Amino acid sequence: REIDVLWTLKSGASTESSADEPFVCSKFIVAIGHNAVAFLSSFILDSVCWEVVGVVKLWNEWCRTSNTTNVLPTDSFCLFYRLISDPTVLLCQCSCYVAEDQQFQWLEKVFGCMRKEGLQVTILSTCPVADYKTQESTLTLPSPFLKALKTKEFKEQVCCPLLEQPNIVRDLPAAVLSYCQVWQIPAVLYQCYTDVIKLDTVTIEAFKPLLSSKILKSLVKDVSESTKILKKLLTTSETHNNIYI
Amino acid sequence: MFVPCERGGGSASSDFKGFTLLMPAVSVGNVGQLAIDLVISTLDMTKVGYFYTDCLVPMVGNNPYATAEENSVELSINAEVYSLPSKKLVVLQIRSPFIKNKYRPFCQTLLSWVKSSKCARVILLSSSHAYQRDDEQLLGTPLRYLITPDLEKAVGGLMQELNWKEMEKVAAYPGINDTEKVLHIPGGGITKLLFTESCSKGIQMAVLLKFCSEGDNIPDAFALVNYLNEWLQLIKSEVNTSSQWKIPSSWRLLFGNGLPPALF
Repeated sequence: REIDVLWTLKSGASTESSADEPFVCSKFIVAIGHNAVAFLSSFILDSVCWEVVGVVKLWNEWCRTSNTTNVLPTDSFCLFYRLISDPTVLLCQCSCYVAEDQQFQWLEKVFGCMRKEGLQVTILSTCPVADYKTQESTLTLPSPFLKALKTKEFKEQVCCPLLEQPNIVRDLPAAVLSYCQVWQIPAVLYQCYTDVIKLDTVTIEAFKPLLSSKILKSLVKDVSESTKILKKLLTTSETHNNIYI
Repeated sequence: MFVPCERGGGSASSDFKGFTLLMPAVSVGNVGQLAIDLVISTLDMTKVGYFYTDCLVPMVGNNPYATAEENSVELSINAEVYSLPSKKLVVLQIRSPFIKNKYRPFCQTLLSWVKSSKCARVILLSSSHAYQRDDEQLLGTPLRYLITPDLEKAVGGLMQELNWKEMEKVAAYPGINDTEKVLHIPGGGITKLLFTESCSKGIQMAVLLKFCSEGDNIPDAFALVNYLNEWLQLIKSEVNTSSQWKIPSSWRLLFGNGLPPALF
């Protein structure tokens, strides 16, 4: 099951990932899952400072990505944005599920287009708190909470405790972090353990400590903007949920 | 492909000429993988590289063999290589299942790495479904071995000296034609494929397996690793050898979290 990554790095012209020369990338921020994606949409992304530079087309038993770039927070999509003022800053919103046989392809096709020198990667994702292994029962844990994993080369401060043994991370976040560990790219994964499956403000706000991190500090939007967007995000998703009202 | 941890400078850490490669098959009860965990943890082996492949499901976590705060923050991925030059031992640990249709490509990549790194021999730790045993196999030891013709020439009658039992072949068409016998390792994952490929490629390979079922496979892992120790003598074998193997910290909570107090 092939996945296609289409880049529109040069204005107008749309090129296949293989044809281009690798572009320079200093920061690559990846949000995987609806809540992580919503966090970046509310606190970092906007249509003024960022432009869409790429899209991933894929399908599997769980989802099929939408073709438009004007997406709803509940859609399945995988889009790449670039900061206009600093084109080496790349951001990826991936709210579609990338199946296990597609994860390697995703890695090779995305990282294959960038130069890895001077690159730093940040990954945000969510995971059910029931998967968290601990001596106590997960019922008593104050969720949502953040845990981090970092590669050998990542030397900066992390904004939350590290994920203890014997916990592991799976799927696309694990694939990206594994890639970075093997190829010696400094990278950090922030995993939010939550008991809510759908889009939820409490889960989204659990990522807030990251806003003070070195990587995201310079990219944060105006706070009042963020609260407005968060509210809007949730009303659009709630209209689908009032079937019993 | 094998990617060493240390890049540039000496390739001393990735020179495996004449070494024995020990690896697990992802098989019933994950016994091979548990046994490998015991070997790495007890011998305090050093990680020398990663086996970067698209054939295994991705996963990451912090160091599963952590003994203290300082060494607990190293990231581990789904396939890693550890070595102990003093015993000429190199170990590949596999931590996740195979992706569909990727058995054969993995075997090919692995065996070509074995050849290029000039490993002397490969030992595969595996397991097979206990419920598939016939009447004779139900009696006696549940441990079996298999060796390729090339290894047979090298180790001679060692297996007879150790009083080990070779894995029996089963009838290809049971009931219809009992004369044609084939190797059958149900629940063994890539075991049979790796073994037959090694036979045809002239690689010295031994398979050590145990009949078991899914459940608490820690005792099975101990049995398998003690079986291996009879041959390789990795640790001093005393009367009660199970206490000599060090259980890694990642084996905590294998059967779930603590219970909610409200349950009672």
